[in-house]
Amino acid sequence: MMQIDCPWCGPRNATEFHHYGEIVPRPEKGSIAIEEWHDYLYFRENPQGRVNETWYHGTGCRRFFHLLRDTLTNRSSHLEGELQ
Amino acid sequence: MSPVAGASQSRRLDRQNGEVIDRSATVQFTWNGKQYEGYRGDTVASALAAAGERVFSRSYKYHRPRGLLTADYHDPGCIIQVDDEPNVRGAHRRVQPGIRAKSQNTWPSLKFDLKAVNRFGGRFLVPGFYYKTFMKPQALWPKYEQVLRQFIHAGRISPETEPGYFDKRYAHPDVLVAGGGPAGMAAAISAAQRGARVMLVEEEHQLGGHLRWADAAAAQVLADQIAQWPNIEVLTNSTVLARYDQNWCAVVQRDAAPNISERLIKVRARSLVVASGLIERPYIFAGNDLPGVMLSTAARRLINLYAVAPGRRAVVLSANPEGDAAIEDLERGGVEVAEVVDPRAGQNITRAIGRSALKAVELADGTRIEADLLIIATGWTAPTSLLNMSGNVPVYSPRAARFLPGGEVDAGVFSAGGLVGDGTAEEICQHAEYVGLQAAEHALAERAHHIARIPTTSPPVHQETAAASGPQAKSAAGEPPQLVPKEHPELFRAATHGMVDFSEDVSSKDLYLAVSEGYDSAELAKRYTTATMGPAQGKLEMVNTIATIAEATGKSIGETGTTTWRPMYVPVSLGALAGRNFEPVRHSPIQPWHEAHGATPLVAGQWIRPEHYGAPKAEVKAVREGVGIIDVTPIGKLHLQGPDVSKLLNHLYTNKWSALDIGRVRYGVMCAEDGVVFDDGVTGRLGENHYLMSTTSSGAGRVWEWVENWLQTEFTDWKVHVTPVTTAYASINVAGPYSRRLVSRLAEDVDLSAEEFKYMRVRTGRIAGVDNCIIWRIGFTGELSYELHVPAGYGLHVWESLLEAGKDLGVKPFGIEAQRILRLEKGHLIVGQDTDGLTKAYSAGLDWAVKLDKENFAGKPELAEQKSTGAGLRLVAIQPKDPAVVPEEASQILQNDGRIGGRITSSRHSPTLNRSICLGQVEDHLSAPGTVLDLRLPDGRTVQATVQEKLAHLDVSGSRLENESRPEPPVQHQTPVARGPVPVRGSAGRLGDWEVRAAGGPAELSLTDCAALSKMSVRAPRDSAAAQILRTRFGRSARSAPGTLIIGSGPGEWLLIEEPGAEGQTLAEIRQLAATDREHISLVDLTHGRALFRLTGEKAPDLLSKICAIDFSEDITPDGAALRSSVAKIATDIIRDDQRDSLSYLLHCERSVGAFLYEAIHDAGTEYGIADGSILGV
Repeated sequence: MMQIDCPWCGPRNATEFHHYGEIVPRPEKGSIAIEEWHDYLYFRENPQGRVNETWYHGTGCRRFFHLLRDTLTNRSSHLEGELQ
Repeated sequence: MSPVAGASQSRRLDRQNGEVIDRSATVQFTWNGKQYEGYRGDTVASALAAAGERVFSRSYKYHRPRGLLTADYHDPGCIIQVDDEPNVRGAHRRVQPGIRAKSQNTWPSLKFDLKAVNRFGGRFLVPGFYYKTFMKPQALWPKYEQVLRQFIHAGRISPETEPGYFDKRYAHPDVLVAGGGPAGMAAAISAAQRGARVMLVEEEHQLGGHLRWADAAAAQVLADQIAQWPNIEVLTNSTVLARYDQNWCAVVQRDAAPNISERLIKVRARSLVVASGLIERPYIFAGNDLPGVMLSTAARRLINLYAVAPGRRAVVLSANPEGDAAIEDLERGGVEVAEVVDPRAGQNITRAIGRSALKAVELADGTRIEADLLIIATGWTAPTSLLNMSGNVPVYSPRAARFLPGGEVDAGVFSAGGLVGDGTAEEICQHAEYVGLQAAEHALAERAHHIARIPTTSPPVHQETAAASGPQAKSAAGEPPQLVPKEHPELFRAATHGMVDFSEDVSSKDLYLAVSEGYDSAELAKRYTTATMGPAQGKLEMVNTIATIAEATGKSIGETGTTTWRPMYVPVSLGALAGRNFEPVRHSPIQPWHEAHGATPLVAGQWIRPEHYGAPKAEVKAVREGVGIIDVTPIGKLHLQGPDVSKLLNHLYTNKWSALDIGRVRYGVMCAEDGVVFDDGVTGRLGENHYLMSTTSSGAGRVWEWVENWLQTEFTDWKVHVTPVTTAYASINVAGPYSRRLVSRLAEDVDLSAEEFKYMRVRTGRIAGVDNCIIWRIGFTGELSYELHVPAGYGLHVWESLLEAGKDLGVKPFGIEAQRILRLEKGHLIVGQDTDGLTKAYSAGLDWAVKLDKENFAGKPELAEQKSTGAGLRLVAIQPKDPAVVPEEASQILQNDGRIGGRITSSRHSPTLNRSICLGQVEDHLSAPGTVLDLRLPDGRTVQATVQEKLAHLDVSGSRLENESRPEPPVQHQTPVARGPVPVRGSAGRLGDWEVRAAGGPAELSLTDCAALSKMSVRAPRDSAAAQILRTRFGRSARSAPGTLIIGSGPGEWLLIEEPGAEGQTLAEIRQLAATDREHISLVDLTHGRALFRLTGEKAPDLLSKICAIDFSEDITPDGAALRSSVAKIATDIIRDDQRDSLSYLLHCERSVGAFLYEAIHDAGTEYGIADGSILGV
């Protein structure tokens, strides 16, 4: 099982977390084209390699946090460059 | 000892140096009904071999007789039935007194097997035979199946068999060593010397590996050294099954403890040393599976470990020094070595001759030698499985005639011993010591890194100083010793064809045929012929399979490549994988009453709820005509506190929330960002900055996470604290025309009059002597009703008081079924029942609740889009024309052209209207009132139904929500009693209002229910003045005064635990500070909302490691550590709070799962003799 390094709790098993997927900025409120909204809701890059993700430590500190994960190795870190 | 009739130990040798049998202890057992005798330490197969038995099974397809081939766990010919247990590895399982062992796959007997006709028809059973033969005609398949069932190569399971107890635990060694041979032992010792915690796992019953027969004295020296290191945990008869991401390894322990069948250990190893050694490889030639043909290691095991002569007269085919050494063993064991055939000198054999066992061997030069034993030593297979499980593939070395691990290994994965190369025992150990040291250093660095990353240590432990241990400590610097594979002749097949896969009965000829049919890649030929797919899982037959395919295709072995190594390394029982299964269940505090009064339980998510108490329609009638009460505790409840709550509500709900006065309640619908309805409920404003939100029962956790998501990622500057209080309150809905009369008899300080307490209002007050109850007047059932939220410990008291006080009113409890009918009569939708994962708000009849003129709210863009396009189905009320027809839910609604135009989402017979009533989702053009719909029922009938004007089938105007009844004077009630989530076992005592266990005896390991302690949640910014007062950071706990334990339970979250009613100085200061409004501070009393247990004893960490994946070792979870993790699948706060030098842990979870957690802890503690403690007198 993959380990996720929670910035608050340290490394924990992935089953303690909920995966929120790639970080996609929410479009600014106000009038935006529905197509732009659909892009935000439904489209993801899904890269093979590094991806910035949001995770929620539901069975831990209950914090949302960002994580840089390599989808090939499942290794992850918080800061760009720490990943090897 | 006297020989047993019919089975003397005729083949038993004199005492051997490395023997593992205990000659002072004889063991009697039966084999196929006949009495046998062996010694303690014998395997079933070695005891039978000592008695001269040679045939142990019949092969899978051809029912050929099979004897010992490898004489270890992987022996394909020794899979037997022991008592009720099928598929036992007979050459591995130790014989026990009185066991009844039987052969499998034989009928009527092992010696005379009728199914052996398969042998004569053998050539017809070519690869794909079953697929090719039994496909057509399809109608005959059931017949084929019946016959083929008789040929299944497996034992029989009796339905009467007692289920075994399968255990699970977690482990966190620094270094996990897979394999307890010389390399594994040397690696373990050097890692232990370096200060690492080591887990050494050996598949066989003893450490030592091949040294046990090559040099028993050397094996003993290493084993003795291992025993001296307390930081090496040795697991024998255990296997490392699998390696996953970041060294997450599965280990099965086969005889873990008495009464535990098997134990699955989930190991997070910082370093893994794979030292699985080499497995001897069979040789392909005609007759290579005859009983009497065995590998050199099998003969050496029999002679040296079990003191059994493997035969009388042997031919030895030896291509390596280990084979040559076997010759010496044979001679010592009194076996006549008739001929040594040496391929290194150009010699070879052609075939083995015999019918039920070996009679003679034919050499390549045509000579025929009489023999009952043929020893094969033609090469080795490196079981690289664990190294190759992350996708990289092993590489073939023609020079060494075996596959080597190859590829990049992951960080923290090391290998030693035969996997790496060959050498003397000394060379192997030297290399392994170096590897063990590297593994330890990697692990200790990782451990230090881990400790630096966690908040539970204080002050941080400096790992560098903790590592070295004694003068023997070494450093990994210096020239690494080399271990290289030695040259070995490439020997796979003689001039004849023979078995490649002994488990699956696949011959080299079958592989040739598969290649000629076009299955010419290893992965394809494997699946087509099933070679390597049997119980040996490729460990014996993989290389020969590849070599044969290479030969048949004319490619090299390197070009042919190999198949993929996947978990598990060896087959593992389903019981071990399932283990103790945790499926948490939630109970309301009123559950004991429901059970005692015949409630039919309904499983609703994790909750167990009363579906009804016998007659749901009578329950409906009681509510419509008198008064009923229902336990609605599972309704989700969130305590919202802060100046920005109304902004938050405005964002979460589709309707407007800015102008909700204090004391009012409003209904709201939440949509996800895609506009799909995902929860609904009412929220009441209890104070200026204090709200109570209710959610659906199943949505409580989801909504909480949704709210936190907005607050933490989008509106980070909003001041709102969210605390889940679902199980802090027992919720009781009192519904019916007499509900005001009933509630007023118990509500002492709340005016329930129609003028003072109107519909959609909230009040707080005392009910049946219980303070701090919340009452909201809402109407899910369509009747005048009050929903009482009482502190959970008093739930049962209030429930019983209501029933007592309302006797003359005919008050009746009602269940979920009655509630569903009542709300359907009223046309109230249930999210998830009348909506699904695609239902947007306008499709759920919620147009009135969507306010697109609000600036922004979750789901707005999609809802605006739906509004403008009119897309989606519509929720409507439907009544079948025939009132007696109650369509099943999910019945389809047909359009004129026969296409589906919708479906029924809810359907019941209404006892009030005496007719069937439904809700359904239909296409827009079918949604106009009066439209006649065709309903297609599951039985194929089509009936007509009419779309109704409104969603409500009953009381469209809402007149039943109010009536002329007046509040009544209070009546007597029992003195309030608070109860914890775990029913008190034994005699009960009191702690304040709380009923607690009166006494607990002294115990090595005790579990005490501390539900009665006061638990106060505090939320405040981490750098606030409040934090200064609390002086405890996240991850730690401390006592501010003898009676007050402050727990840093989350970032900016604290929990204060105190004796009931004894509020200390700290909390008083926080209250003062909160009153000033200078900082955003919230206090929520969770005394009734949480279960709290104390587990005390030296075995407590071992127990916790069975139900929690946290590392409870001293440097990671020291005294004072506070953390939240999953315990038995329940989110639980764990606080290490040692008591008088005894290890002690507080466990804290939601009250509704408290009883489940308590039972889970008890179950895990059975092994350690856990006992109940008492909170009194502590």
